[in-house]
Amino acid sequence: MAERRLPPHRLLLIAVAVLAITLIALHMRWGWLVDYRDAILDGLWLTLVLLVTTSAAGLLLAIPLGLVQVTGPRPLAWLAQGFCTLIRGTPLLLQIWLLYYGLGSLFPYLPGMRQSWLWPYLIESWPYAFAALTLSFAGYEGEVMRGGFAGVPKGELEAARALGMHPLTILRRIWLPRAVQRVLPTLNGELIIQLKATPLVATIAAVDTYAVFGRIRQETYMVYEPLLLMALIYLVLAGLITLACAALERGWSDDSGSR
Amino acid sequence: MNYRDMSMGELLALAPPGWGGALLDGLWLSLQVAGGGYLLGLVIGMAGAAGKLSGGPVIRDLLACYTTGIRAVPELVLILLLYFAVPEALNRVSAMIGLGEVSIGPFASGIAVIALVQGAYATEVMRGAIRAIPRGQIEAAHSLGMSPAKTFRRITLPAMLPGALPGLSNLWLIATKDTALLAVVGFTELTLAARQAAGATKHHLLFLCAAGVLYLLVSLVSNLFFKALERRATRGMPHG
Amino acid sequence: MKRVLTATLTTLCLASVAQADVTRVGFATEPYPPFATPDAGGELHGWEVDITRAICEAAGLECELVTTSWDGLIPALTGDKIDVIAASLSITDKRRETIAFSDKYYQTPAALAVAKGTEMEATREGLAGKSLGVQSASIHQAYAQAHYPEATLRQYQTQDEANQDLFAGRLDATLADRLIIEQFLESREGQLCCEMKGAVIQDPETLGEGIGFGIRQGDDALRERLNAAIAEVRADGTYDEITARYFDFDIYGEPDT
Repeated sequence: MAERRLPPHRLLLIAVAVLAITLIALHMRWGWLVDYRDAILDGLWLTLVLLVTTSAAGLLLAIPLGLVQVTGPRPLAWLAQGFCTLIRGTPLLLQIWLLYYGLGSLFPYLPGMRQSWLWPYLIESWPYAFAALTLSFAGYEGEVMRGGFAGVPKGELEAARALGMHPLTILRRIWLPRAVQRVLPTLNGELIIQLKATPLVATIAAVDTYAVFGRIRQETYMVYEPLLLMALIYLVLAGLITLACAALERGWSDDSGSR
Repeated sequence: MNYRDMSMGELLALAPPGWGGALLDGLWLSLQVAGGGYLLGLVIGMAGAAGKLSGGPVIRDLLACYTTGIRAVPELVLILLLYFAVPEALNRVSAMIGLGEVSIGPFASGIAVIALVQGAYATEVMRGAIRAIPRGQIEAAHSLGMSPAKTFRRITLPAMLPGALPGLSNLWLIATKDTALLAVVGFTELTLAARQAAGATKHHLLFLCAAGVLYLLVSLVSNLFFKALERRATRGMPHG
Repeated sequence: MKRVLTATLTTLCLASVAQADVTRVGFATEPYPPFATPDAGGELHGWEVDITRAICEAAGLECELVTTSWDGLIPALTGDKIDVIAASLSITDKRRETIAFSDKYYQTPAALAVAKGTEMEATREGLAGKSLGVQSASIHQAYAQAHYPEATLRQYQTQDEANQDLFAGRLDATLADRLIIEQFLESREGQLCCEMKGAVIQDPETLGEGIGFGIRQGDDALRERLNAAIAEVRADGTYDEITARYFDFDIYGEPDT
């Protein structure tokens, strides 16, 4: 990559980009960055934590959701399919509000609630954010996993069965790894979509990156600067996800190749 | 207004004090914005795909920046940028050249955001579909003396449609759901209408669920429609 | 459209906006009863609208009322799209870095709403360890950060959402303008769940020095005219007469020092 010479037009484009960034850096006001550095870092942390935990949990949920649709008993398959349709057919913002404000409006009428061990969690906003984002990721990824499981060549599974492998062993050693391998290329896009979904939690009083920049915007009355920086932060995060996914895909295929 | 003692039917009634009419108005607004944004996005996608496939190197690089950038930045951030920053920038420019104020209403901004996001995804979907057309078909059209416009209309478009339809139907569903984000900037589409109804009546579960059912209906009906369209487009193809 | 065009051209040609014949006064689009709410036809009503009209008349200004989203008001002012902000904007030093203010024309205290039967003082110690809901980027958020550092602060997009969470039991208290709190407590949910916990200790630095008109920095002529007009309507009884239509007490607050 580094050896390849850059074509002249690309040099020009890069020069224009550098010039634009320099102008932005010099001519806009960035003094507020000092005051809000800690707040931005805190928000960034919540965004990252939400992204990583909800995608991991969602992926774990997606495996049974996909598997059941391919091989499970009818009622279970219908249930899983209905769940995926429900999640994919309604906006995430609505799901988040339904969980947070919808459930919340019931609390005053359930007198036992406040004494239960769950109450300390129910009054926070992050459990709702976590639940909504996890369910959403599971709904979308469950559909992808279904395709992944269904796409594994029948012959491989039959061969394993002919060797007398236990069905669970087949799932663990052959079916699941092969399905995950087929699904990996789509993971990059799904993770970026999940990253782009995290700002919605700002609407239920969780303070993520988006919420912090919303506060900055309202407190400093600047229009462009905070928005541009926020867009840049999400761009960089999306870039990092792409790099991580590329590394993961390489690692996974090396791994299964050496076995 | 005492909403506490009203039955579910009364709350969802179409005429005030019921909020059913407000929800349907919101749905109609959502569909208008989604439809406008989707169609405009298709035009952008078509132009983008053409540019990526047969444009010069500069155009290709710029388009790559557009599709990667738009697809990486959260829609919510893009909406804010278009809602607040772009109108002000436009006004500054137009004031500089003495044209007066340009006012971009929430409706136009909403359509613009959806179109920009849809355009980025549609570019990729259409590029993939066009590239899947055997080169020879287009070359044959050229050698028969068809003009580029005619080639596009008679050969490229019908040949790419089966490949593009699944992606495009998915994009339409994304468009309808993305309109919900406009709620955050105070645009009274379906989600915000439901939120307002919930806030006024304190029946949060009822109205948010009602909105969910409406969205679900839209997505189910759209699915049926696109399935039928796909069947039509793939008529006579080996793997219908 | 044409009038907007001429207005813009006029402002462009004449360097000083105070010289322009029409003064554009910006209100927030979001309803803020009982101060300014648009009706179905887009016409503004409320105490602040009436008082602004009276002040314009006293100042001999020809005012045109326009609405912009709350977020967009200060950018609109600095961007020359409006000349005056009349949107219950609190006078704070932070905002003074960007814009200038007239003298105050009303001032209401902040108050806490808490769940019924809560034993709590509206002090730093009283709120230690409690969860407190405020509207994001409001003066009340600034106040809570400065005065209740041991409270867990939760920021909401609107005060209505904070009130909703107080009702749901997720918050121990919300801090807001006293008039807004009173309105919530009069609702059915408010009556069920919550009560007012007196006014909080006054602090001009965060709570501001009252509500004033926002104007561009350096627009001194306009500021002087507005200040004189505010003093005039206060003195000649117009202010009290308008206030009596909406409130049963004087909302001007402490006289200026």
